[in-house]
Amino acid sequence: MRRVVITGFGMVSPLACGVEETWKRLLDGQSGIGPITRFDASRVATTYAAELPVGDGSDATFNPDDWMEPKERRKVDDFILYAMAAATQAVEDSGWVAETDEQKERTGVMIGSGIGGLSSIADTALLLKEKGPRRVSPFFIPSALINLASGQVSIRFGFKGPNHAVVTACSTGAHAIGDASRLIKYGDADVMVAGGAESPLSEIGVAGFNAARALSTKRGDDPQSASRPWDADRDGFVMGEGAGVVVLEEYEHAKARGAKIYAEVLGYGMSGDAYHITAPAEDGDGGYRSMQAALRDAGLTPADVDYINAHGTSTMADTIELGAVQRLLGDSAAQTTMSSTKSSVGHLLGAAGAVEAIFCVLALRDQIAPPTLNLDNPPEDTRIDLAPHKAVKRKIDVALSNSFGFGGTNASLVLGRGEL
Amino acid sequence: MSDIADRVKKIVVEHLGVEEDKVNENASFIDDLGADSLDTVELVMAFEEEFGIEIPDDAAETIQTFGDAVKFISEAA
Repeated sequence: MRRVVITGFGMVSPLACGVEETWKRLLDGQSGIGPITRFDASRVATTYAAELPVGDGSDATFNPDDWMEPKERRKVDDFILYAMAAATQAVEDSGWVAETDEQKERTGVMIGSGIGGLSSIADTALLLKEKGPRRVSPFFIPSALINLASGQVSIRFGFKGPNHAVVTACSTGAHAIGDASRLIKYGDADVMVAGGAESPLSEIGVAGFNAARALSTKRGDDPQSASRPWDADRDGFVMGEGAGVVVLEEYEHAKARGAKIYAEVLGYGMSGDAYHITAPAEDGDGGYRSMQAALRDAGLTPADVDYINAHGTSTMADTIELGAVQRLLGDSAAQTTMSSTKSSVGHLLGAAGAVEAIFCVLALRDQIAPPTLNLDNPPEDTRIDLAPHKAVKRKIDVALSNSFGFGGTNASLVLGRGEL
Repeated sequence: MSDIADRVKKIVVEHLGVEEDKVNENASFIDDLGADSLDTVELVMAFEEEFGIEIPDDAAETIQTFGDAVKFISEAA
């Protein structure tokens, strides 16, 4: 069986542009959440979000000019820009340069998004109404299509292998990494650039999630306290934007070129709830079966899991996930640490699973579990350490990352330590 | 240079991200200025918007160079 390892990563997050600076700030307990500045939020119920720290590039701010030329940027929605930034970081970090035709053809891309070019669609609809169809840009469709993130990345680097895109709401990033790993295992590619990107911070995006009663609305006076997974006073998730991308590589391929191996993708599991369009099944069965399938794929038992990066969105669903994890772990619950990094970076929707998988990779590398911020009143009926407020130094040989999405779509990744 | 030529040049420089001195009479949008077919569609739309004219698709296809654009717009505007 071909083994799949992670040899590069890239990220643009509400904490920072770049993986290492995001990780440093995450462990430090910083929050990427603040008042919405991207658009006039005076008409929507939620006035705060986790926006990228846009700036001139200094102090790990995100400078769009560093990642795409202004001329090219006009042709893409922001989620593609974020994907290009994260993918460029990841490819450079991996040191993989596809030079020959064969190398190019054995390298693919699978970067998904939950919603894609929502802002482009909304803006173009307004333009259409105001000025008519002759003013609709020829770049409208390719700027909004979700698979154009993968397309743009492949064009930049000349990667001619499988070019694919996942669209499974908030499970997208995890599904993309899992599916891309399978492509490598199955032999369709030796290297896959995989992850998720999202740019949902527009009036229509916030209005839509508000209408679905999914977002926190009550903490405009203190936005950094709004994302509080498992806390008794949580009132919804905080929407964020960004992208996470990893370079996945067949183990022998990585060894042969002397690549650094951050982690190994040990297992991948999926399930469907078949229950409700936005709410998870109350017994947590979908999440439970997803985790179980991932462990089975890895050939591990629940007792082997040291750290879980929960889906943990700061909604009522947190309790359901906790129940599913407790059912899975059984007697070993007291030996496991579980945290939700959404407490710090917000919920990056289609990018969340990829960003959180990278946090798991770093937890394995540095032997530390990132904290769950704002968990002032944790549930009393659990023996799992939910890492409230502070990062937890501990042995982490196996990490599990959960992602659950609207439509009842669940994905779990099991990652193991690399060779660093 | 005429007012029309200045305004056309400004649009071309902005949309194609090229140096102003590259945009001369015979510069072909595709061969010399790095445009692809979608860029040329967008350019024509920008000309329509700027000058308040309509450029039919068959006419748009004849606008290959900066000079073609200035000539067409000067006659139409």
